[in-house]
Amino acid sequence: MHRDHGGGGSGLATGALSSPASGGRPARIGIGGPVGSGKTALVAELCRTLADELELGVVTNDIYTSEDAEFLRRAAVLDSERILAVETGCCPHTAIRDDITANLDAVGELETRFAHLELILVESGGDNLTATFSYGLVDRQVFVIDVAGGDKVPRKGGPGVTRSDLLVVNKVDLAPLVGADLSMMAKDAAERRGDRPTMFTSVRHGIGMDAVRRWVLDEVTSIRAVAAAH
Amino acid sequence: MGGWRALGLLLADGRLPAGGHAHSNAMEQAVDEEIVVDIATLEDFLRGRLATSGRVDAHAAAMACRIAGDSGPSDTNAVADALELLDAELDARMASAAARSVSRRQGGQYLRTVREILSDPRLEVLTNRFQAPHLAITLGVAATCARLDATEAARIAAYSCVVGPSTAAVRLLGLDPSAAVVCVAHLMDGCDDLAEEAGGAHSNLPLASAPVLDWLAEAHHTRKERLFAS
Repeated sequence: MHRDHGGGGSGLATGALSSPASGGRPARIGIGGPVGSGKTALVAELCRTLADELELGVVTNDIYTSEDAEFLRRAAVLDSERILAVETGCCPHTAIRDDITANLDAVGELETRFAHLELILVESGGDNLTATFSYGLVDRQVFVIDVAGGDKVPRKGGPGVTRSDLLVVNKVDLAPLVGADLSMMAKDAAERRGDRPTMFTSVRHGIGMDAVRRWVLDEVTSIRAVAAAH
Repeated sequence: MGGWRALGLLLADGRLPAGGHAHSNAMEQAVDEEIVVDIATLEDFLRGRLATSGRVDAHAAAMACRIAGDSGPSDTNAVADALELLDAELDARMASAAARSVSRRQGGQYLRTVREILSDPRLEVLTNRFQAPHLAITLGVAATCARLDATEAARIAAYSCVVGPSTAAVRLLGLDPSAAVVCVAHLMDGCDDLAEEAGGAHSNLPLASAPVLDWLAEAHHTRKERLFAS
């Protein structure tokens, strides 16, 4: 039997999946991390402080579909039509990593609704330390942990801690109450992450948020510069 | 006819990143309504689904495969016209607007993934002529482009219609996955019989819808909290 290999005559497409960083589209930043670490609060705060500077959209990946989206709508940090919720079929990590179809649909829907979007934040459902985003969906990813989840988390590692583009250690105001050693967390994170940045925040109290906001702005600029050059 | 190609296995694989993992295809609602509570009721449900909406889908996939296959890759307008008629026939067999919309959403998602794998003008026709084609139609056309015949197209549609919901049931009810796969295995002969029937049929699409599936789809669509997209 005649068999072709590669593209052309075999009918196999030659193109790779379209890369997120291709021409003129908004930057996409994923916000992941365990349940309760402060992902939604971080997204709300970023929306609130960036909305004047950037055209924003948000995609949420909740366990029960729209809890986080509703929170963001109620907080009125963005117009509600700029926030879309994706159903994840009991598997939030699958929806952001192994099969990103529904999220790509949501991102595409936002891009259609708002032609001038500059940044789409994709918030994952609360999952575990191994749940990271596919770079087919996002350009950069932020992994959010909190001091109350245990100060050994940076040492234990896992792909979220070691490979995320930004590690945010949230709820630093709780450190004395739960006996978390912040300097040990910083040291462990640095060992795990090499040059990748780690930032300590208390989203609720506005601690450390300027640095996160500046990081996001810088990354959006560089992502969009790369996209425009293609 | 050439029988199975490995490409056909890829098209049928539930892990194909085409959005399927987030769909329970009415299983979530069936679990809530206590129609499916254990392995025995799971098998009953899947058998019913295969005999009704599964039968319609298998025949539609076979017909779409034949339509695209008979016309050849260049005669795209004739393909589009014939597929449009089939699309309307499928609509007429789904009383629930939610079920129609889910089938189209899955079809559109599947089409996008398949277009990354296969380069064929008939897939472009689907994209251009339909906002989102029904999943069974997309499966059928994709099968032709992968050089599978109508029987194999129907086999993929039949297989998908039992495998997806059974995975959802395992997640929702905490069923023993090996018991669930045994119950799926009991239905494989039925899938083969249906594939032969649909592959050899040259008449109209059968009238075999199940009111309970339409009702479940509507109930699922209107509920407030969902784990699955359908």
